[in-house]
Amino acid sequence: MRRPVRTGAALLGVVGLLASAACSAQPQAVNGQTIKIVYQKTDSFTALDKVFQDAKQEFEAAHAGVTVDLEPIQANDDDYGTKLALAQRSPDTAPDVFYEDTFKVRSDVDAGYLLKLDSRLSAWDEWSKFNEAAKAAGRGDDGGIYAVPLGTDTRAIWYNKTVLQKAGIPVPWHPKTWDDILSAARKMKAADPSVIPFSMYAGKGTGEGTVMQSFYELLYGTGSSLYSESDKKWVVGSKGFTDSLQFLKTLYDEKLSVTPADALDSNVWKKVFGQWLPQGKMGATVEGSYAPSFWQKGGSYEWAGYAQDMGVAMFPTQFGQDPHGVSMSGGWTLALGAKTKSPDLAFTFLTTAVNKKNALAFDENNSQIAVRADVASDPGYQGANPFVKDVSDLVAVTHYRPATADYPKISLAVQQATEAVITGKQSPAEAAAEYDASVKKLVGEAKVMQK
Amino acid sequence: MAVPDISQRGPLGPGPRLRGALRRGLRWLPVLPSVLLLALFMAAPVAWSFYASFTDAALTGKAALNPQWVGLDNYARMLTDPVFPLSAWLTVVFVAVSAILGQNAVGLVIALLMTRSGGATASLVGTAVVAAWVLPEIVAAFAAYAYFSQDGTLNQLLGTFGVQGANWLYAFPMPAIILANVWRGTAFSMLVYRAALSDVPRDISEAALMDGARGWQRLAFITLPVIRGSIATNLMLTTLQTLAVFTLIWVMTAGGPSNASTTLPVLAYQEAFKLGDIGYGTAIASVLILIGMFFGAVYVRLIRGAKP
Repeated sequence: MRRPVRTGAALLGVVGLLASAACSAQPQAVNGQTIKIVYQKTDSFTALDKVFQDAKQEFEAAHAGVTVDLEPIQANDDDYGTKLALAQRSPDTAPDVFYEDTFKVRSDVDAGYLLKLDSRLSAWDEWSKFNEAAKAAGRGDDGGIYAVPLGTDTRAIWYNKTVLQKAGIPVPWHPKTWDDILSAARKMKAADPSVIPFSMYAGKGTGEGTVMQSFYELLYGTGSSLYSESDKKWVVGSKGFTDSLQFLKTLYDEKLSVTPADALDSNVWKKVFGQWLPQGKMGATVEGSYAPSFWQKGGSYEWAGYAQDMGVAMFPTQFGQDPHGVSMSGGWTLALGAKTKSPDLAFTFLTTAVNKKNALAFDENNSQIAVRADVASDPGYQGANPFVKDVSDLVAVTHYRPATADYPKISLAVQQATEAVITGKQSPAEAAAEYDASVKKLVGEAKVMQK
Repeated sequence: MAVPDISQRGPLGPGPRLRGALRRGLRWLPVLPSVLLLALFMAAPVAWSFYASFTDAALTGKAALNPQWVGLDNYARMLTDPVFPLSAWLTVVFVAVSAILGQNAVGLVIALLMTRSGGATASLVGTAVVAAWVLPEIVAAFAAYAYFSQDGTLNQLLGTFGVQGANWLYAFPMPAIILANVWRGTAFSMLVYRAALSDVPRDISEAALMDGARGWQRLAFITLPVIRGSIATNLMLTTLQTLAVFTLIWVMTAGGPSNASTTLPVLAYQEAFKLGDIGYGTAIASVLILIGMFFGAVYVRLIRGAKP
C-alpha cells in the first residue's frame, strides 16, 4: 500500500492547490440570529473596519439577541475578490452582507451571488439621498439595483511641488497635453537624475491599478475607449490603444518612470505613497482621490507636510482636445448575499453601515468622494483634506469601467500588453495586435468592433 | 496488495466457502479507514477536478450559476494558448534541473562526502542542509525571496565586494527559483542517500579496494548499483514534489515577469483563481495530474526492476 499512498500524497498536493482555497469554512449562522459580514481589511485600509465596528455596536444595541459576526479578509483587492467569490459558492460560507467592488457587481449578479434590493430600497427613506450616477454602480444587467454605494473616487495627477519647483516648473502645474507631461518630466530628470519624474503603473503586478491609474487615463484621453456602451462591443484596433502604449514605452524607455522591475512588483504603490513622494524622490504620479487617506493622521504613511507639498492636477487629454481632461472612477459598495437566511436583518445592518454618520466617517477616513447628498454638504467632509474640491470636480470628466462579466479578463489582457511593452518584449504595435487577438478569443468575434 | 494470505492455514469448519469469504472480507477491515480517507480526500478532488475540466465552471458570471458541459473545449484551448506550451516547457526545465539534476545529484554528493568526513563536520553540514527542509514552505519561500530580491542578501553580499548585483528575480527568474528549490529540497535526497549508503555492505567495497578498484570505480560499479532502488525511489519522490511546487514560485516571482517563470501549477492557479476560469484551471491541473501519474508509473517500474 505504501507506494501508492505516497504517490497519492504527491498528487494530492497538486489537487490541493485547487481544493485548499475552498477549505476556509466558517461556523454556520445559528438559527438566523447571527449575520455574517465579509469585507476587506489591510494594514493600510482600516477605515471600513472601523465603520463596521461602529455599525455592529449600533446594530446590536438596537436588535437584542442578534450577533453581528465581522469577518475581515486580509488581502489585496485581487485576492479579496477571489476569496469572496469562493466563499459565495457554498451557502455555508456565503456572507449575509459584503463589501463588493463596483466593477464586479454585474458579473456577480450573473453568478447569482447578489440579492436584488429594489423592493427594500423603495421602502427605505434615505435611498433618495444617494446621487443618481452612484446608484447606477449597483445596477445589474436586468436594470435592478443589487448594491448600495459607499463612496466613489476619481483619478488625478498627484505631484510634489518641491520637486517641480527645483526643476523650474511653475506650480500649480496644469499640463494641457501628453507632451506637456513628457517635457516637464524631462526637465525634472535633467535637474536631478536621481528622482523618478513621472511614474505611471504598468504590468500585471499592480493589477487594476495599472489600468485604472494609468492606462485608461491615456486611452480615454485619445478619444478611443475600451468598450462601446451603445454597441455593447469591445473596441479593437484603435490608434488610441497603440498611442497609449507608446506613451508608456516613452516614459519607461527614457527612465522617466520607475524601473520595469519595480513596476512589476505588486507592492510598488506602497513605495510611491510611503517613500518616494514624501521624500521628494518622485515628481508626480497618477493616483486615486483617496491618496490623502494614506498621509493624513492615522493613515499608514503619515506625512504632516502633504497638504503643503502636494498638488493635484487633472490628467490631460492627448492633444488637449475636449473635454481637456480624463479621470476614472470606481468605488465600492455593500451588497446582500443571495443565499442569506435573514435578508431583513441583513438589509437593516446594511442601512446602518451606510447611514449618514458611518458614510461620513468612511468618506473622510478613506478620502472617498461622497455619494450621499447630506454627506457631501457636511462641513466635516468638505474640510477633510485640502484636495476634496479638486478631486470632486473631476467627476465632470470621469469614466467608469465597462463592468460586464467579461471585463476582468479584458483588463488582464490590457495589463499584459502594458507589461510586454515596458519590459521591451513587444513593440506597442505588436502588443496592441496581440491584445486584439486575445480580446477576440476571450469574447468572440461577435462582441468585437473595429474602431 | 501486501495482505498476507492466511486462508491456507488451519482447518476449515462447516461452510468453508462462506467462512472463507467472511475472512477475506474481515481482512480488509483494518485498511478500510485509510481507503475511505483516500477516497474522500484524494480520489474525490481528483475526480472533481477532471469533471470540472470538461465544464466552463467559473468563479463569477453566468457560468458560475450554471456551469455548462463543454466537452474537450478546455483541452483544445491549451493547444492554441501561447502560454500553455511555454508553461509546460518551464515545468519540464524546473523539474529536470532542480529535482532530477539538482536535488538528486547534490544530495548524493553531500551524502557521499559525509560518509567520508568526520563526525563533527558531517553533523554540521547535515544540520545546515536539513535546516532548509525543516522550514515550512512559505517561510522558505520568503527566505529565498529575501535572498534574491533587489535589495536582498545576495546583492548586499555582492555589494561588500563592490559588485553591483542584478535584480535576480526579474532578470533571471528561472535560475532563481531553481536554485531556491535545490536549496530547499536537497536535504530530502541527502537523508534518503545517507540511509541508503549506510546499507552498502563494507565487505564488498573493501574487497574491491583489495582488487585495486579506484574511488570512482567503486562508486560506479558497487555503490550506485547497490543503492539503485533508493535512487529510483528518490527520483520519483523529488520529481512529484517538484511538479507540485507552487508556494515557492508564487512568493518569489508570482510566475513573472511576463510568464517567464509560470510553471503549470502557477498557470492553473492564475487561470482558476485570478481569472476565475475554474474550467480551464482544472484542465491544466488535470494535465499536471496525468504527467505526475506518468512519472510515478515510470519510476514504480524502475523500482520493481531494481529489486534483485
